[in-house]
Amino acid sequence: MRETAYVNGLKFYARKHNKFSNPQKETALKRFYRFVLPAVLLVSIAAIGGCKKKEAAPPPASTAPVATAPAPTATITATPTSISAGDQVVLSWRTTDATSVSIDGIGQVPTAGVKTVLPTVSTSYHLVAVGDGGQTDATARVTVAAPPSAVEAPTSGMSDEEAFHANVQDIFFDYDTAEIRADAQATLSKDAAYLNSHPDVRFVIGGYCDERGSNEYNLALGQNRAESVKSALVNSGVAASRIRVISYGKEKPFCSESTEECWQQNRRGGFTMDK
Amino acid sequence: MKSGISRISPRFAFFLLLFCVAPAFAQAPDWVHTGSNLGNARIRIAAADFKPANADPSTPSLKATFDATLYADLASAGIFDMVSKSLAPPATPGAPQEIRLSDWSAAPASAQMVAFGALSASGGRLVVNGWLFDTGATGTQVIARQYNEQASQEMARTVAHRFADAIITQLGGGVSGIAETKIYFVSSRSGSKEIWAMDYDGQNQRAVTHLGVISLSPRVSPDNSRIAFASLGKDGWAVRMFSLDLGRMVSFPGGTAGGNNFSPAWSGDGAKLAFSSARSGAPEIWVSDATGGGLHQITSFRKADVSPTWNPRTNSQLAFVSGRTGLPQIYTMDQDGSNVQRLTDGGYAISPSWSPNGQFLTFSWNRKYGPGAPGGQDIYVMDIASKRWLQLTHDSGSNDFPFWAPDGRHIVFERAIGGKTEIWSMLADGTEQHQLTHSGNNFMPNWSWK
Repeated sequence: MRETAYVNGLKFYARKHNKFSNPQKETALKRFYRFVLPAVLLVSIAAIGGCKKKEAAPPPASTAPVATAPAPTATITATPTSISAGDQVVLSWRTTDATSVSIDGIGQVPTAGVKTVLPTVSTSYHLVAVGDGGQTDATARVTVAAPPSAVEAPTSGMSDEEAFHANVQDIFFDYDTAEIRADAQATLSKDAAYLNSHPDVRFVIGGYCDERGSNEYNLALGQNRAESVKSALVNSGVAASRIRVISYGKEKPFCSESTEECWQQNRRGGFTMDK
Repeated sequence: MKSGISRISPRFAFFLLLFCVAPAFAQAPDWVHTGSNLGNARIRIAAADFKPANADPSTPSLKATFDATLYADLASAGIFDMVSKSLAPPATPGAPQEIRLSDWSAAPASAQMVAFGALSASGGRLVVNGWLFDTGATGTQVIARQYNEQASQEMARTVAHRFADAIITQLGGGVSGIAETKIYFVSSRSGSKEIWAMDYDGQNQRAVTHLGVISLSPRVSPDNSRIAFASLGKDGWAVRMFSLDLGRMVSFPGGTAGGNNFSPAWSGDGAKLAFSSARSGAPEIWVSDATGGGLHQITSFRKADVSPTWNPRTNSQLAFVSGRTGLPQIYTMDQDGSNVQRLTDGGYAISPSWSPNGQFLTFSWNRKYGPGAPGGQDIYVMDIASKRWLQLTHDSGSNDFPFWAPDGRHIVFERAIGGKTEIWSMLADGTEQHQLTHSGNNFMPNWSWK
C-alpha cells in the first residue's frame, strides 16, 4: 500500500516535470528575443536610471532557459506489490532525460522496460536514473509473505526470549502515519496467535520512527504507532493488561542511513518481553 | 503593437523587481524589524578599549577579556552599527575629563555614542568604571556605572555583560539586554543525551544533568529556578524537574503517569506547565500547575498533539503541533482548548516558539515536503494576526527547534549538516547567524527568560 502511494507521488512529480521541460526547449530561442533581450535592455536602462544594485544584472547567458538540461524523471512499479514466496512480480519502469539507468540488485537496464523477478524475501527495487540534468531515483517495494505453513517457528532449544522474538514480529508503517497497513495484517495475526497461546508473557510495544522531522513530533507519532499495534492485538484477544506502550520516536533507530529502505526499517512497532 | 506592449509590461515589472527591488526584498520586511524590537535604524556606537587604571600584573588579561566581551555583546545586540576598533581614535580615555568627544564623532569613527572607562585589579578585586556618552553637540552623559567584584576572568566577562546590558537597555527602547541570559540544550557529547547549559554567547558550556538516560526538551522556568524536561525511563517518558537552586532533581509527580509525557512548556508567569501526555491513549496537550497538580487535558484528537508553547504575553493561549490533518501543522488555541486555529497552510511544520511580545511565532517548516519534492527544513517567523511569514534560514542544513530570546530580537535554533547537529543563534530577521556549539551533537535549545 505504502509503496503504491510513494510511486504515485513520483509519477505525479514526473508528470509535473514533463509538462515544463519540453516546451522550454522549443521556445528557448523565441523567448530569448521576446523575453530576455528586452529584459536586458530594460535592466541597462534601469541601471543608468539610478538603480542602486547595478551588480545584480547578470550576463544574459545565465538567464537563458536553454542553458540547463532538464532533470531526469523516473517511475517504477511492481505488480503485484504483495506476494507469497515463489510468485512472480513484474517490474515496469519509465524514465525521461536519463542517460544511465540502474536498479539495485539487477544492474544497468534500458531507460524504460519491463522485467519479471522472483523475490523470495521482501525487497525494495531501487532505481537510479542519471542524466545531464542531474540524478533522480524511484523505489517499488514488494512484500513477500512467509509460506503459510509456518504458523509458528520451531521453538525447541530456544529460550523464552528467543522464541518470543522468533514469533512476535515487528509491524511496519507508512511514512507519517500510524495506520496498520494491509500487508501487516498477516504478521499481526501471527503475533496475536503466539501471544494468545502464551498468556503469561507480558510485553512492551515500542513505537519507532524514521529520522525525518522533529524529536518531539516523532515521540507522538511513535506513541500513535505503538497504540495502533496495541489496539489491533487487543481486538485479537490479547489482554490489554499484559501490554505496556512506550514511544521511542527517533531516539533509538534500528539503522541510521538516510535511505528509504532504512527509514522503512525504523518506522515500526517493535516488541520486547516485559520482565 | 498594443498586444506587444501588454505582453512585455508584466515582464518589465518582473525584471524591475528582480534586479532593482529584489535586493531590498532580500532584507527582512519592516514588520519583522518593528515586531522584533530590532528597529529599522541602528545607532552607531564605539566601544573604546578601557584604560588600565593601575600596573597590577593581572589587570591586562582581565582588561582584554572585558574589552572583547563588551565589544562582542554590543555587536551582537542587533541594534548597533559598531565602530570597528581599527577606526577608533588611538586614545583610551579612562574618565569623562579624559575624552574628547569630537575625536569620536568625527570621521572615520563617526560614532553617535561612545562607551569608555577604566579597569583595574588590586587585592583580588576587579574595579570597573564605565561611561556611555552621546557625542552630539551637547556631549551628554547617558550612563555611568561602577562595578566592584572578585577579580577573575569569569567576573571580567560578567561585568562586561552587565555594562553592555545597561547600554543596550538604555538605547534599545527599554528592552532588557540578554548578555547575562543562558541557553539550555541537549547534548550527547558525553554519551547519552543530557541537559546542558551555556552562556548566551556560547561560553561556559557545562552539563546540568548526569542521568545516563535520554533526556530531551529542556525548558527553564521564568524565574530560573527549575528546568522541566522529558526523559526516558523504564516506564517510558516522564516530564521531570531539575532544581537549579538545589542542584538536583526534584519531584514532579504529575509528569509521570501513563508512560509517555514529553515536550513541556512553562507559561510566562511560571504558574502553569503544558506538555504532551499519552496517559489517555493518544498524545494530547495537558496543563498542570507548577507543582504538577491541577492536571487537565485540553486537546482531544486521536492524532499527535505535541510541542506546546504559551503566549507569554497573555499566558492564556497556546500554540502547538498537531497531525490531525496528516502532516504536522502549527495551531493556536485558548488554554481551555477552544478556538483552535490552523496557522500553516501545508508542508511539515513543527516546533513553535511564541515571541515575548505575543506577536509572532517562530517554527521549523518544510514547505515542500514529500517524495519527489525534497525541500529544506527551515526556520520561519509568522505574524500571528496576519499570517504573514518570513523564511529566516536558506539552503544550510536542516533547521529545527527555534526558540525566542527574551529581548525578542534573537532566536536560537539547532542546525544539522551532514549528520552533525549544532546550536546556532541569529537575529529575528535571519541575519547574523552564529554557531554556538562545536563539540559533539547538540539539540533543542531553550533561551532563559531573563
